[in-house]
Amino acid sequence: MQQSNTYIITFSVILTVVLGLLLSGTSQVLGPMQKEAIALDNKKQILGAVISGEEIAAMTPQEVNDYYNSRIASVVVDLSGKEVTEREGVAVTAETVDIAKNYKKPAEERLYPVYIYHAEGSPEAAENYILPLYGAGLWDAIWGYVALETDMNTVGGITLAHAGETPGLGARITEPGVQQRYEGKTIYNESGELVAVEMQKGEGKDYSDDPHQVDGMSGATITAKGVNNMLKNYLGYYEAYIENKKSSSSVATL
Amino acid sequence: MSAETIEKKPAEALLSKRRKKLVTDPLIDDNPVTIQVLGICSALAVTTQMKPTLVMAIAVIFVIVMSNFLISLMRNTIPSRVRIIVQLAVVATLVTLVNEVLKAFAYDMYKELSVFVGLIITNCIVMGRLEAFALGNKPYDSILDGFGSALGYSWIILTVAFFRELLGSGAVFGIPIYDYISGLFGPDFQLATNGLMVSPVGAFMVLGLLIWVQRTKTGYVEH
Repeated sequence: MQQSNTYIITFSVILTVVLGLLLSGTSQVLGPMQKEAIALDNKKQILGAVISGEEIAAMTPQEVNDYYNSRIASVVVDLSGKEVTEREGVAVTAETVDIAKNYKKPAEERLYPVYIYHAEGSPEAAENYILPLYGAGLWDAIWGYVALETDMNTVGGITLAHAGETPGLGARITEPGVQQRYEGKTIYNESGELVAVEMQKGEGKDYSDDPHQVDGMSGATITAKGVNNMLKNYLGYYEAYIENKKSSSSVATL
Repeated sequence: MSAETIEKKPAEALLSKRRKKLVTDPLIDDNPVTIQVLGICSALAVTTQMKPTLVMAIAVIFVIVMSNFLISLMRNTIPSRVRIIVQLAVVATLVTLVNEVLKAFAYDMYKELSVFVGLIITNCIVMGRLEAFALGNKPYDSILDGFGSALGYSWIILTVAFFRELLGSGAVFGIPIYDYISGLFGPDFQLATNGLMVSPVGAFMVLGLLIWVQRTKTGYVEH
């Protein structure tokens, strides 16, 4: 009896339904907690561009949320640098913008969130502008956040993350040692063109004299290229916004 | 192998000698990693640090014990022609559960481990125990057998991780042992970490040495 086709099919169907229900039930129950965990992780990444990873690791989830709320303000802009507050009748906030989903749209239609790191309690006193990044690594998506100082030229810090780069090679973009190489580099050259910062091929050379180049990761040239493209593209998308801020801040200093 | 079905005895002690052997055998004499050489992929991949390795070990223990238990419960109803796919479905469901729980409660671990947790499905130890034991034995015995094999796997990967983290990053469970030792001897005394240990090559070496030491002790020879 157990070898008959009817038995096998019935058995398989029942098993599939039971396991399927179990999985979808779990996903329903855990869904809200997972969303919270993802939102918290996102905040940690944003903060990671301006404060060190150890400081963040020492914070409890509650402290991360408090710190984020008291120090980060956000706006959403479009490609021309204009602020967007609603789209198709729905209110837009930076926290609701999914960078990965926007990445699939044409550049003109995307929403571009900006996270402003400011002194505690005074959103006017901006210290860093944190811009999201998204692109393709060797195997899968890579993303991150780059913090620009108020001159809109100097890189204050960067966080990079990946979905599936090779451990020990491309996955090294998440290491503090690699990310620190970007600090203090500038994204505009002397003639005022946006050149971003490029990670070089090979590793172990000293690029401290060059404001637009950083040391590479040995064995991870394609991931490094992905990071370069991502950085260049996204700084390009934000160029209008950056120029706006630049001119307004230079007026302010005059 | 322990695959043969054991004849029924009335009221066997909860932890009789035979049952104890089910748990202790895979620890040394029939260790799934060092003797049967199964589960090597994850043993090499996750063992750069103690903490993710511990999470991985717990996940594997859960998956092996639960799948052994469930398959053993169903062993008389599973049609033998589709038994492999049934085992796979059960294992995959359990692994997905582990992944979802990690994602909700330990997101950092999830980010670090999710690829490897997913690969528990293909860990030969799991399917091996299902085929060799759970299909022919009672649920309680299967739980013990699964627990033994999973512990055998766990202590090996934890040992590998201990040496890799200590020698590669100078720490154990993230506690910087090397810094502490240098602190005792003054600033001139610095212990250097070995980058090789952080890469998979280091895992090969540690695991190889471990197998060597263990086989020298037990006298096991491959035929």
